[in-house]
Amino acid sequence: MEELDVEPAITNIPAASDGKHLGFAWGPGDILAYETLYMAPGAKGSGCSFIHEVRKDEDIYSPILRKLFNESHHIFVGLQTIREDLPSKNKKTQFVSISKNYRSVIRACMEELQQVAASVLVLQVSILLAIELIWNLCEVLFIDAAPAGPLLLHLLDWVRLHKGDVDEKAREVLQSESPAEHHDYWDVVVSYVLQGRFEEARQMLVKQATLQPAARNMYKLMDTLLSKMPFYNPGGTQTLTEFDVKWRHWHEEVDRCLQDNSFASNQHLEIICKILVGDEDTLLEHKELLSTWYHFLVTRLLFCHPTVKPTELHYYAQSCMTMFLDLRSVPEPLDSILLAAFEFDIHQVIKDCSIALNNWWFVAHLTDLLDHCKLLQSHNLHFGSNLREFLLLEYASGLFTHHSLWQLAVDYFDNCPEFGHVYLELQIERVPLDTERKALKVLRICEQRQMSEQVRSICKIMAMRALRNNRLGSALSWSIRAKDAAFATLISERFLQDYCARGTFSDLDLIDNLGPAMLLSDRLTFLVKYREFHKLYEENRFSEAAKLLLSLITAKIAPRSFWMTLLTDALPLLEQKECNVVVYLLLELGDMEKI
Amino acid sequence: MCEKCVNAKYVSQKISKTRWRPVSHSSLQQPDIFATGSWDNEDNKISFWSIGNHGSSGMDEGFEGDPQLLCEHKHDGDVLDLQFLDQDRIVTTSSTGAVTIFRHHQNSQTISVSQRWPRVHRYPCDNAPCTGVVCSSPEIVTVGEDGKIIVFRADQEGVIRVIENADSSTIHAVTYLRTTEILTVNSIGQLKLWDLRQQSNSPSQILSLSGDRLPLHCVDRHPNQQHIVATGGQDGMLCVWDVRQGSTPFSLMEAHSAEMWEVHFHPTNPDHLFTCSEDGSLLHWETSTHSDMPSFLQGGRNNSMISRSAMAPAGGNQSLISTWLSGDSSKGRLETTHMLPSQTLSVNSLDVLGQCLVCGTDGEAIFVNRQVPV
Repeated sequence: MEELDVEPAITNIPAASDGKHLGFAWGPGDILAYETLYMAPGAKGSGCSFIHEVRKDEDIYSPILRKLFNESHHIFVGLQTIREDLPSKNKKTQFVSISKNYRSVIRACMEELQQVAASVLVLQVSILLAIELIWNLCEVLFIDAAPAGPLLLHLLDWVRLHKGDVDEKAREVLQSESPAEHHDYWDVVVSYVLQGRFEEARQMLVKQATLQPAARNMYKLMDTLLSKMPFYNPGGTQTLTEFDVKWRHWHEEVDRCLQDNSFASNQHLEIICKILVGDEDTLLEHKELLSTWYHFLVTRLLFCHPTVKPTELHYYAQSCMTMFLDLRSVPEPLDSILLAAFEFDIHQVIKDCSIALNNWWFVAHLTDLLDHCKLLQSHNLHFGSNLREFLLLEYASGLFTHHSLWQLAVDYFDNCPEFGHVYLELQIERVPLDTERKALKVLRICEQRQMSEQVRSICKIMAMRALRNNRLGSALSWSIRAKDAAFATLISERFLQDYCARGTFSDLDLIDNLGPAMLLSDRLTFLVKYREFHKLYEENRFSEAAKLLLSLITAKIAPRSFWMTLLTDALPLLEQKECNVVVYLLLELGDMEKI
Repeated sequence: MCEKCVNAKYVSQKISKTRWRPVSHSSLQQPDIFATGSWDNEDNKISFWSIGNHGSSGMDEGFEGDPQLLCEHKHDGDVLDLQFLDQDRIVTTSSTGAVTIFRHHQNSQTISVSQRWPRVHRYPCDNAPCTGVVCSSPEIVTVGEDGKIIVFRADQEGVIRVIENADSSTIHAVTYLRTTEILTVNSIGQLKLWDLRQQSNSPSQILSLSGDRLPLHCVDRHPNQQHIVATGGQDGMLCVWDVRQGSTPFSLMEAHSAEMWEVHFHPTNPDHLFTCSEDGSLLHWETSTHSDMPSFLQGGRNNSMISRSAMAPAGGNQSLISTWLSGDSSKGRLETTHMLPSQTLSVNSLDVLGQCLVCGTDGEAIFVNRQVPV
């Protein structure tokens, strides 16, 4: 068992009195805590008779997050059906698109949470933001696995996507009376440059250029520099080496401008030039604009090493993080997760995320996707199953505790080849069955998976309940579903007891219309035939009635307790012409008495 | 079927029933408001939604956006059935055995409880879920797991009539056959006709499946020909019955691989039939035939789907018998199309009106299709 990296969180139970000892019991997703009778010295007051339920995972009860669970379930099920025999290139595109689907679901939830704007949800939104950030990075590095060249472009997209405030500020500046004189103007321009968005930067600079006609040449030079920066084109014919050469040329040109003091008279343009040349100190001076070390990392790569290889990333990542963060500030969990991602240590990423988040949703789905991409080495855990299955089982077990989301969990269990079936068997019997509709759904799930034990048990529960409420027809229909002959016998006994008590049959609509189901049990068959006998008698078809009575006795399906009744029924037939049959009957009965 | 025309809206509640608000027959408008009921939640709700079809038909594709929630109200227990009583009121039946009328106030977009009959369906010591309702304002008829049929009148306290022990098993659904006759289906595969004018507590007719007596879950009557009835049950078979003749189904068609929850004839184009099921599919059945009668009413074998042979109705129409006997399905064509993307959880409910179809699933999603080809 590995050491815990963080201190366990403490939860106070407000209703429990001071000084009382608490006992507890583990549930599948929560703990039940109760006050014991033991009183420590100094404790006062009588005990509280409540049981407290302590839940770790609040998320599944949030109405907006529920959509996340449902939509991602849909994507998950679709992912499992991707055929193994597709060529890997097609599969990669599909995996990337599935990853994007997952992320768009996260974003949709985030947007909805932001619209609700309650204060408690701010934490929730930031967690989702972090999740999406991590997932996006994993998609870029692991799933898309871009080589040097496109790698930087993807990282740029990643940073741009997660730094939305630049556009907000830009909008504010552009909507003002004189954008070039807005106090945020230069911040916006520099931010654009830091993100490699040169088109927008140039458009902004034009506004400033028109205000300062004297410095026209300087602005023109800057515009040229910005427009000439080469970006690698993945679809083009240029090789990485050619691009590298071109980029170095451009870099030298910018450096020359700096050495020539071309921008010396304009402090802002000088700063931009220094950024373009990749001067670390200048970059670090703009910490508030960069706001995160990973933005700093990508910007630094953009201006110093655009042909960075995936394997080189972690050197730069480590050094950027060190440079960016003060010695005093503590690295947050998010930082170490991102660092682990840059180091291509997938297992560390998953482990850290599992600890940091209170819900298995993220790690379960991400691990499943990475497993499909064949990126996880299958090393067995102490519990016998592999990492993917372990996480899916944990997630699905958590879902099963929810009064409504348990149906989603079934599909997750289905896709855990080793233990999924067992988990499902144990959990499905605990779903409360309030209505027949729900019981039917649970039964369908069990039948589709050949869980015959559970089918029998559920049908028996429903049948007993129906029997207790005197709904004999319902009870019978449940026994028929389970093919439970013993229970059908029990129900038939009830019918026959009713008949003996009252002299008439109840529920004739049932007995008269059973069809082939009456063969389920001997007693049931007897009941139906006995009723038929009565019908024949009422219709004055005495010979047929007598024959039927005889066959009932000779076939030995009549219960012993009923023989007296049968004899009594036979008596009126004596008055009819069918005496001989009846005599034979009596002899038969006499015979059987001897046995 | 254009899959792009169908959008999923995730609503954080499992939908058990969904119904369009009726549009007045005089206007040719498409429906724009539907109601939904949830189930299996700790706090169940009924909700009203709008798809914004206020006469604006200028958009291409027809799906201008998601359904918008207008208002919702707490509901005690699962919503097991839901029907519109009139333009403003709905009747719901609950798993607690209660029947409630809710009123939708369109001006303020609020919902209030207009009338409530708590615990009308019950056992001696327990509540019994009330499984189905049908209404023809102001009369309301409900059925439940306790095997009772109860008749109410809106705006009148108490119940008008109770048929105790109408059925020894659970009654799953009820529908009107004529203004004074209702049809119920139960868990032992029987279709029972009740004449409400008569005081007796027994059905006037009982029809049942031959072979296994599997539960029937839904029933719907043909809009124009009142003797034609369709049912669906546990095995996903679609059965069509002629209640005038014979006591067994007219034709059976394999439709779904699990329970069929709802079956609906299209109210104005009854050559179209819709069914939805636990297996997550929603099927659109369309017949085109040279004769007046749709092919699934011609009985017997059907080439496009595997079917079990049905008993030929005694004394039936000559052309019907000959169709069945000759096994000739060239006189009719039955086409079925799936209307949803695959891999959804159970589709619990559907409703169709005009060109619009709405359905709700256990995946907590509502699908609306505004361009059903009818």
